[in-house]
Amino acid sequence: MSVLIPHSILEASEILAQHPAATILNGGTDLMVEVNFNHRRPDSIVLLRNIAELRDWSTDAASGTITIGAGLPYAAIEKGEIARLVPALAQAARTVGSPQIRAAGTMGGNLGTCSPAGDTLPVLSALEAIVHLQSIEGARSVPFADFMVGPKRNSRQPNEVITAVTLPITEQRQGYSKVGVRNAMVISVASACFAIVNDTPRFAMGSVGPTILRAREAEAYLASAASNLNDITEEIAHEFGRIAASESRPIDDHRSTATYRKHAIGVLATRLALKGI
Amino acid sequence: MSSNEFYTLKVNGAEHQVSDAWIGESLLYVLRERLGLPGSKGACEQGECGSCTVYVDGAAVCSCLVMAASAVESEIATVEGLNTDGSLTDVQEAFVTEGAVQCGFCTPGLVMAVHHLLDENDSPSELEVKEALSGNICRCTGYGRIFAAVDKVVAVRKGAHQ
Repeated sequence: MSVLIPHSILEASEILAQHPAATILNGGTDLMVEVNFNHRRPDSIVLLRNIAELRDWSTDAASGTITIGAGLPYAAIEKGEIARLVPALAQAARTVGSPQIRAAGTMGGNLGTCSPAGDTLPVLSALEAIVHLQSIEGARSVPFADFMVGPKRNSRQPNEVITAVTLPITEQRQGYSKVGVRNAMVISVASACFAIVNDTPRFAMGSVGPTILRAREAEAYLASAASNLNDITEEIAHEFGRIAASESRPIDDHRSTATYRKHAIGVLATRLALKGI
Repeated sequence: MSSNEFYTLKVNGAEHQVSDAWIGESLLYVLRERLGLPGSKGACEQGECGSCTVYVDGAAVCSCLVMAASAVESEIATVEGLNTDGSLTDVQEAFVTEGAVQCGFCTPGLVMAVHHLLDENDSPSELEVKEALSGNICRCTGYGRIFAAVDKVVAVRKGAHQ
C-alpha cells in the first residue's frame, strides 16, 4: 500500500489512469472511519488534499453561476461570500459534523461517498447542480440527477477526479433543513432543500430514499396552488408537505424508522415553504 | 507524486521519521504510539469526540481522521507544542483555575479547540463558543466550567491589552 500525492488535477488524473483501483482520499472524514474500524483496507491511496486548484471557487456573471472546487472544505462554504451567494448550501455545510469535521470534509467527498444522508446533496439536487469530472480522456460535466445513481453509488468512472460543482446563483429564496437526534455532530434522519429557481419551486429530499429524491408532484402542486411563492398560506404549505411526504420512500434502519422519516420530511417541506422571503 | 513506505512528519516544528508502520494508520495512532506524543487522546476513532484535536496546516481537525502518511507535506501541531517551556498557556491556566477539568480526558482536545477559537475570534459570543466547542465531547463537567474558562481567558487577554 502506498499514498500517492499529486499536486494538480492533471497529475491526479494521470495517476488514476495508472491505478484505477486506487482509493481516493480527500478530507478523510468518511474513509478514515472505515479504515480505523478495519472495514476497509485500501491497497493504494490517491490523496487529493494537496491539490490547490481543487479549492478554488469562482462566479460567472454571464451564466449567473458559481463553481466551487470539490476540495474546498465545508468551513469555507458555511460562511463568507459563498454563503451569501448560495445560502442553502451554506446552511447544509453548517450542519455537517463538528467544526473539526467541517475543517476537513469537502463537497467532493460528499459526492464521492454519495450517501443518501450526504448533507449537501439535497441542495445540489434542488439547484440542479452540474458535477465536473476530469480524466486523462478529458473533462465531463454531469447533472447531479445523473451523477447519484443509488445509495453510495455514483456515475464517476474509476479514472475520474471529481473537480468541481456548478450551481446557479438565484435572487430568490432557498433554504435547507435537517432532522437528527441532536444539533451538532449528527447524521441526518431526514434532510431537505427548498428553492425557487426561475419562479418555479423545487424540493429535494435526503435520507428518505435510495438517492436524493425530488418531490415533483409537490413542486407542481405548489406552482399551481400558490399565487405568490414568497407568501404561501399555511393551508397550501401543509398540503405541499403532505404530498412531498407521500413521494418519499424511506426505510427503517439503525438511525430511524420509515414512519418517522416520512412524517419528518413532510414537516420540513411545510416549514421550508413557509420560511423567510 | 511520492510513495511513502517510510515517511517523515513535521510535528511541532520538528521532523520525525516514521518507519515500519502500516501506511493506513491514523495520525492519532502515529502520534501516540510511534512518536511518543500521547497528549492527543483517542476515544471514538470516528471524529465524534474531538479528544484528538490537532492542527494540520493551521486547521483544527480530528487526528483520528487524518491518514498519517497523507500528512507528509503538512505542518502538524499538537497540544504538546502549545508551550514548549513546560509552563501552562493562558487557556490551560484558566481550565485549572475555573475547575474545567474533571477526569481530564477531553481536556487536551478542548484546549486545542479553545486556542483555535480565540486565535480567530478574540471576543466570541456565547453561541460562538458553544458552536466552536460542539465537536468536543466532555461527559464530566456539563460544560459550564469550560465556558467559564473561555470567558476568563477572553477577559484576561482583554485586560492585558488595556
